[in-house]
Formats: sequence, C-alpha cells, structure tokens
Amino acid sequence: MSSHMCRFLLFLLFTSSMVACRKDPAVSPSDEEYVDKPDTLPSSYAGFYVLNEGNMGSNKASIDFYNYNTGVYKRNIYSEANPDVVKELGDVGNDIQVYGSKAYAVINMSNKVEVFDAYTIKRIGQIEVPNCRYVTFYKGKAYVSSYAGYVGDPASPLGYVAEIDTASLKITRTATVGYQPEEMEIVKGKLYVANSGGYRYPNYDRTVSVIDLATFKETKKIDVAINLDRIKKDAYGDLYVTSRGDYFDIGSKLFIIDTKTDKVKDSLPIAASNLAIQGDSAYIYSVEWNNTAGGNTISYAIVNVKTESIVTRNFITDGTDKQIQIPYGLLINPLTHDIYIADAKDYVTPGTLYCFDKTGKLKWRVTTGDIPGHFALLRN
Amino acid sequence: MRRLGINMIAWLCVTHICYAQQRDTTHVHVLQEVKVKASTPLTPASPVTPSQVLTGEALQRMNSLSVADAMRYFSGIQLKDYGGIGGLKTVNIRSMGTNHTGVFYDGIQLGNAQNGQVDLGKFSLDNMEQVALYNGQKSTLFQPAKGFANAGSIYMQSRKPHFTGDKQTHVRVQMKAGSFGLLDPSVLFEQKINQRISASVSTEYIYADGKYKFRYTNGVYDTIAIRHNADITALRIEAGLNGNSTSGNTEWNIKAYSYRSERGLPGAIVNNVFSHPQRQWDNNFFLQSSYRNKISRWYQLLLNAKYANDYTRYLDPDSTAMYTDNTYKQKEWYFSAANLFTITPWWQASFAADLQYNTMDADLKYFAYPSRYTTLLALATEVRLRKLTIQGNLLGTFVNEQVKMMTGAGNAQQITPTILAAFEPFDSCGLQLRAFYKRIFRMPTFNDLYYTFIGNTNLKPEYTTQYDVGVSYSKPSSTSRWQSFSIQADAYYNRVTDKIIAIPTANLFRWTMINLGRVDIKGIDVNAVSSWLLQKELGLQTRITYTYQQAQDMTYLGTQFYKDQIPYIPWHSGSAIIGLLYKKEWGLNYSFIYTGERYSQKANIPVNHLEPWYTHDLSLTWKHGIRKTVVQVSAEVNNVFNQYYDVVINYPMPGRNFRFSAAVNF
Repeated sequence: MSSHMCRFLLFLLFTSSMVACRKDPAVSPSDEEYVDKPDTLPSSYAGFYVLNEGNMGSNKASIDFYNYNTGVYKRNIYSEANPDVVKELGDVGNDIQVYGSKAYAVINMSNKVEVFDAYTIKRIGQIEVPNCRYVTFYKGKAYVSSYAGYVGDPASPLGYVAEIDTASLKITRTATVGYQPEEMEIVKGKLYVANSGGYRYPNYDRTVSVIDLATFKETKKIDVAINLDRIKKDAYGDLYVTSRGDYFDIGSKLFIIDTKTDKVKDSLPIAASNLAIQGDSAYIYSVEWNNTAGGNTISYAIVNVKTESIVTRNFITDGTDKQIQIPYGLLINPLTHDIYIADAKDYVTPGTLYCFDKTGKLKWRVTTGDIPGHFALLRN
Repeated sequence: MRRLGINMIAWLCVTHICYAQQRDTTHVHVLQEVKVKASTPLTPASPVTPSQVLTGEALQRMNSLSVADAMRYFSGIQLKDYGGIGGLKTVNIRSMGTNHTGVFYDGIQLGNAQNGQVDLGKFSLDNMEQVALYNGQKSTLFQPAKGFANAGSIYMQSRKPHFTGDKQTHVRVQMKAGSFGLLDPSVLFEQKINQRISASVSTEYIYADGKYKFRYTNGVYDTIAIRHNADITALRIEAGLNGNSTSGNTEWNIKAYSYRSERGLPGAIVNNVFSHPQRQWDNNFFLQSSYRNKISRWYQLLLNAKYANDYTRYLDPDSTAMYTDNTYKQKEWYFSAANLFTITPWWQASFAADLQYNTMDADLKYFAYPSRYTTLLALATEVRLRKLTIQGNLLGTFVNEQVKMMTGAGNAQQITPTILAAFEPFDSCGLQLRAFYKRIFRMPTFNDLYYTFIGNTNLKPEYTTQYDVGVSYSKPSSTSRWQSFSIQADAYYNRVTDKIIAIPTANLFRWTMINLGRVDIKGIDVNAVSSWLLQKELGLQTRITYTYQQAQDMTYLGTQFYKDQIPYIPWHSGSAIIGLLYKKEWGLNYSFIYTGERYSQKANIPVNHLEPWYTHDLSLTWKHGIRKTVVQVSAEVNNVFNQYYDVVINYPMPGRNFRFSAAVNF
C-alpha cells in the first residue's frame, strides 16, 4: 500500500514538474533594431511614427518609431512610455498625425483620439470620439471624422466631423456630413470629407462633403463615385479622391476634383487604395481582389498631378514588389523622396516596413507591429 | 522523467500481470463508485481508439455546470471559453480545430452547417448520464456512417429512466443558485408506462445576470471592473419515450428537444471600452428517434432519424457602429441505417448509409440560400483474434450543393480510410497496445462558402491525417484498499492540410476564405484514474490528465513565423481531480486545471505571449436517503485562489465564485 501510494505521489510529481507558474504581470515590452546608417546631413526630420492597427478585439494597436538620427527602428513604444494607461493604447488604430509638439493617434474601436507629446511619447490626454476614423489640422484646430452621427435613421445615421481645440483638447463644434466619412483635406478654408457609406452596401454613399470652416456647416455635396475613401490635395488646387468600388462589378478608381469649381473634373483609369502626393508626383498603390484569378492584383503607380497622366504602373523597380503581400500604408520623405511601404501581410502576424530610395530600389526592411498602416513624420 | 515513465509501465505490468481473471472490456475511465451500466450491449465494446468517459454522479460532483466545463478534465483537448455562463464554449481536439469535432447527443450528431461548431456551454450536465471523448472515432462497427466521419468525437448521453423494484415514478426537483446571479431550477419526471416502455420529461430554466468582477493589470495599472451584458435566460425542455422488447433484442427511443435562450454578448474588453450592447437569441429544436433490432445471431439493424430546426438572431443596436439585426435559420433532415453482420464469432462487418439535407436562410445582402445533400456510406469490418483486434473502415462522402442565388460550391466526392488495431500481449494482464491511422476531412461550412463578401465557393474540403500509438493498462477492480487503477498514454502525429483560413483582400473589411493552411501536431495525452478505500467507509478517487502538444503552423515556408506554435494551444496542460467519499453520504471534491504558456497570435513573440493559468475548485456534497426520498445538497467554490485570467484575450474569466444546489428525488 505505502509503496503504491509512493508511486502515485511520484506520478503527481512527474506531472507537476512539467508545469510552470505565472510570472508577475509586466508592461508590454518594446524592442528595437538597427536598420540603416544614421543621416549624416542635418535634416529637418527626426523620424516618423508608424501606427499599427492590430486586429479588432485584440487591443493590440501599437506605435513604432524610426529614428533618422540613429537609424534605429523601435517597436511598441507607447506602452513603456505610458505604463499607467489602462489596457494600453487601444483597439484598432486608424490614423496618426503630428501637429506642433503633439501627436494624435485615432483609435477607432477604442472610440478616442489619443494625444501624446510627440517627442517624449508621454500621454497628454484623450478626446472621446466614437467610431473615429481620421484626423487633420488647420489653424490650431484638429478635425476628426466619425461614422457615429446622430442625424437620420438611428439604424443608419449620418457621420460627422468634430472640431477640437488643440490647446484644451475639447470638442468645440461638430458638423454632420455623409455616411461613414473617411479621410479629409483642407483647401482654402474649406474642409473636404470623403464619404464611404460602407455600412450601407450596396447603397454606398458617393459624395464628398464640403464644410465651410467659418460656419462649420456642410455647404454642398460633390457627387463623385461610390465608396470613397482617401482624399489628398496637390499644389494646383485639385483633390485626388479614391473610390473603392463595390468589390464585385465596380472596380476601384481615382477621381480628381477641382476645388475652384468643386466639381469632378477628371478620373484616371487606375485602381487606387491609397496615395501620397509629393511635389508633382502622386504615389498610388492598389490592391484589388480578382475573383477569376483567385488572388489579389497589386499595383504601384505614379501619376503626374500637373499633367494628370500616369507616369509608371510600378514604381518599385527592383522586383521587391513580389515580396509585398498587402501594401497597407505609404509615406514619402519630402526631402529624400525615399518611399516607405507598410506590408500588412496576412493581418494576423507582424507586418513589414519596406524603405525604397527615390528610384524604387530597396534600401532596407524591418518588422513592425500587427497591420502597419499609418505614418506621421516628426520634425527635428 | 522519461526514465520514470518507462519504470512505471514496467512496474505496472510486473506487479499485476496475474491479477486479472477476465479481460476488461469496458476500458473506460470512469470516475468511480459509479457502476458502469453495461446496459446490455448487443455487441461487445472494442476498445481500440483512445477514449475517456465521465459518468453519472462523478459528473454531478465535478464543479461543472455545462458539458463544456466537464470537458476540461479530458486530456488532449483545448476548451475555447469566452467566459461566463452564456459565453461561447467550443472544444478543439488535439489541435485540429473545432470544426473537426463531432458532437453527438444520444447517438445522433448535432449539426451546424453554418459554422461547423457546437456550443457545449448550452448543454447542461443536469440531465447528462455520460460524457465521452473519442479520438479518431468510437471504435464500434455498429454506428451510423456519421460516427466514422469526424477526426474526434464527443458523445453526450442523456439520462435514461431506470426503475428499480416496484417504483413506477421518479421525480427529481433541483435548484441551483450562486454567483453571477444564477438561478437554475430543474425538474425531472420519469414514468414507467409498462414493462417495456418508459417516458421522461426533463426541463431546466437558467437565469443569470452574468455580472462578475474581473481584473486587468500590467503591474503598473491595476483595474477591477464588472462584466456587463453577460446575462442569459434559457429554457430547456426535453421529452422522451424509451422502449425495448421483453427479449431485449429490440430497443427504441424518441426524443424531442427544445432550447430557447436570450443572452448578452459582453464582447472584448479593450482600452476605453468596457461594455458592449450586442444580443443573441437562439431557438434550437430537434426531434430524433433511434431503433435497434437484433434480428438474428447474424444480423442487427440500427435506424436513426432526425429533424432539426435552428434559429439565431444577432442584434447589434449600437448606433455609433454598424447597426445589425440579422436572423439565421437552418434546417436539417437526417436518416441513417446501419447493418451489422456477425459472420463468425471473431469476424464482424457493417454497412451504414446516412442521408442528410441541410438548408440555410439568412437575411444578409447577397446571400446565396444554400442547401446541401450529403450521403455518407461506411463499410467497416473487425477481426478479433485472441491477442489482436483489427478494425478498418472506408467512408464515402458525397455532397451535392445547390444555391438559389450566386454560384454554388457544386459537388464533392471523397473516400477516406481508417485503420485501428489493438494488441494485448499478455492474457489477462489488462495491458493493451493500440494504434490507429485515420484520414478524414471536413466540408467547408456555409459561412466559409457563402458569407457575404467573405465566402469563397471554390473551397475544397479541409483534411486531417492522424497517426496514434498508445498503451493502456487497467488493474482489475479488487477488494483490497487499492480498488482500481487505470492509465492510458498516447503519442500522436496529426497533420491538417488544405486548412481553410481567412486571408485579407483589399482592406480589413474584406477577407476571403482559402485552402492554404497546414498545421503539424505532435502530442502526448496521458490520463490515469484510480480509486482507493482508505478506511472502512472512506473512499478516495483520483483522476489526473496531462497533455503535451506541439502544433506548428507550416503554412508559409521560409517566412519569419514558420513553425511557430498555433494560437491558443499550450505546450503543457493538465488537470487533477481528487475526491473523498465518506459513508456514501459525504463527498469532498478538489479539482485543478492547468493551462500552460501559449501565444494569442501565430507569431510567437513577447507581445503575444500569454502566461499560464490554473484554477482550484472545491465542492462538498451531502446525500441522504429517507425511505424512498433522497436529498442531495452541495456547495462549490470555484477558482478558490481568485486568479484572474483570459482563455481568449480580452474576454475575462470569472474570479472566485460560488454555487449551491439542493435536489430532492422521490
């Protein structure tokens, strides 16, 4: 009996030796890696932030920073700088911008705009904006688009734009726009908002709302195309607007609005998921699902915004484009014209940031957080 | 450690080689004092696949409310639990994925053509007589073709009326109450109609406000909050008729089952958002019948039929997000005939044919309204020699799919094999060596194929291939202090190929399903059960399980996270139960569950790392009979040390909680 018992206890020991105990809870760690030689010439840019969206419900939005002065890429910097923020940065980052000395991260599913010191990363505060999407700035005010309006059918409300005082971080005014508004751009005291109507498929919105910033009222709607997403201005008073199409029969397309007439003046036969305009060049990438091929069709194009013509359909010139699974974010360095493309890959693993020189040749690449998609340059 | 393992096996064999008088045919791991009611099996059991069983009162004493809770005490499974009484609870057997788990209720499979998953949290242990887990398949020839059609199966057996003496009526009234605002009254009524027919009605109402405290901390912030919108109201009504012929050659039953519920979906706890308003309603109804006849010494027939009707409504009333109010309706018609031929005393063969028809309606835009005809044909045979039993089967699956809108997935035909073998090297030792090979697949679900935007009708089936070798040993029951002991250990290699995974297309809202993934799984399952008589009237029962799994994602060769452990599969997990029983009146039960470190995403990097969690539960039961009335009272403390943990990240599990129950049987 006693020997049986002893063997039984040995068995218990055998199983328990396999198990380990919990460690004390710890702050989500950052890590860094040296990716490129530091800038030797003095530059007006210290580096740039990358906002990683993280999967919905995972609460894994994170911020990385690439430092031009050291050539070091540091991942997941927010939690360490602000360990006392409950449940970290939040769920699904959708936009990041720097204005003055403050950085603004729009965290969609956390219903807030997170504001932190752009140089120390220390949290300053947050602005509650439910279902917020993008942020832009003008004369000391931040403008945040939101899907969550209160006007119209409660089951399908119109979206709105919130005006926020960047000193007090308080909402000063709101303006109702179209359905599920996305990106915004400001030209000559007018705010242009691309409305998607993404919740209403197949009845997508197809307009750009124009808001007069003095009265903060929607003054008109410009009819463009269904399911609008991105909007970017060039130096000639034109706006480039992307339409995502309906994912079935109608493909993605790029439209040009003339802000002098507030009318669509042209469209380009080019699919466009996102774009960045630098000088006369609009860098555009697109990802479209092709049902017959059973795969994504991806392109990297440059459009000359002066002549409004396509310059190239592949600005990546060394074949690296074949390694990029899903381009999901784009940044052009205004001085060097280096091209940064974020690859979201399969959306469930850390992404990759690719840096190309202005001729489209790979300079370096680095692993990011989950779903890298948004950039913000930081001045020195 | 390995040394000790080998020693143990050697010791088991040497010490007990001559004890046994008879081959132990049940080979099930029953948590004791309960007599395994052999219920006069028409065929002898063939213990050639790994199986684990929990039965009768053991289930009642186990600090478990639902079948899902009880499943945690089996080796080789991972329970995905979204927390709380109403939270979704699904079982993943040996890391092959929830969709490869077949769940059977009274011998007939519970279907869900929409997403291929059965929520085991909906099945109360209140009316359950037995819960069993089979790897590969239940190793009997005499079963519907569906019994051969899953990579692993869970069998839930509801209570059948048993009348002793001149008793004609049995009534049990029970009330459970406890944390989360739980009120759980149930009534069981069993009536003997005549010598051959009995009837039963079982009904249970569950209400819980679902509120519980949870805590999140990173060592700097430390926050405690209350779970909101986790309430549930559910009503279950089951009624059945059971019959058998006086000769015992024929058995039949009819069962009607209804489950209606409304619940809150409390959602993920993320920064700045600690509550969610989504609601879900479920109405599940089925009517099923089974008929078994031993027509001659050579031939037996088993017929099964079922009609099921499932309704789910999902409401997202949040006007700041996408307002959603969708209903999903599914219907299933099923008929099965299984024939068993006993050719010689040592050679049997069977042929089973199943027909099934599924439909689905949903008020989604661009929905395809699919219907699916499935024909399953199974040919199986078993040869039973003195030391060696070999069983093999071929399963043919023929699927025909139609849609009212868009394009359908078309037809599919597959033939898949299984081979099982068991070898008993020594007569009457109780030692058995076994092995099995099985290749099986799951069909893409209606969601995989047709869910608006996401579905892909070009999908092929997702395959699993399993190789298992194992050893089991049962010390025959004896009257000595060490009453019984059994242990089984299996090592396995599984491969999931053409795994159906979601991949992104143009943006985060646009995904599609493709056959891309591959997972390689190497694992070891061990479980041991024993019972002791410590003193006169003082019994001790133990049950210990241990699982090791290495489940590697082999999808993208040459990528950074190739061969990383797949999400939510711990390398080490296990459980232990220790029960004391005094004078058959007092029972004290301690249970321990351990889940080791794992990752929440497929990239095995620090930000995705999850610490182990482990819970300790205690229960005390008292049972007393006064003439024909038996009273049972119990009190439970679960998660005694109040450990806060998530099974699925951001879905917090309850801390310490209590439950009390009182039942009267007359």
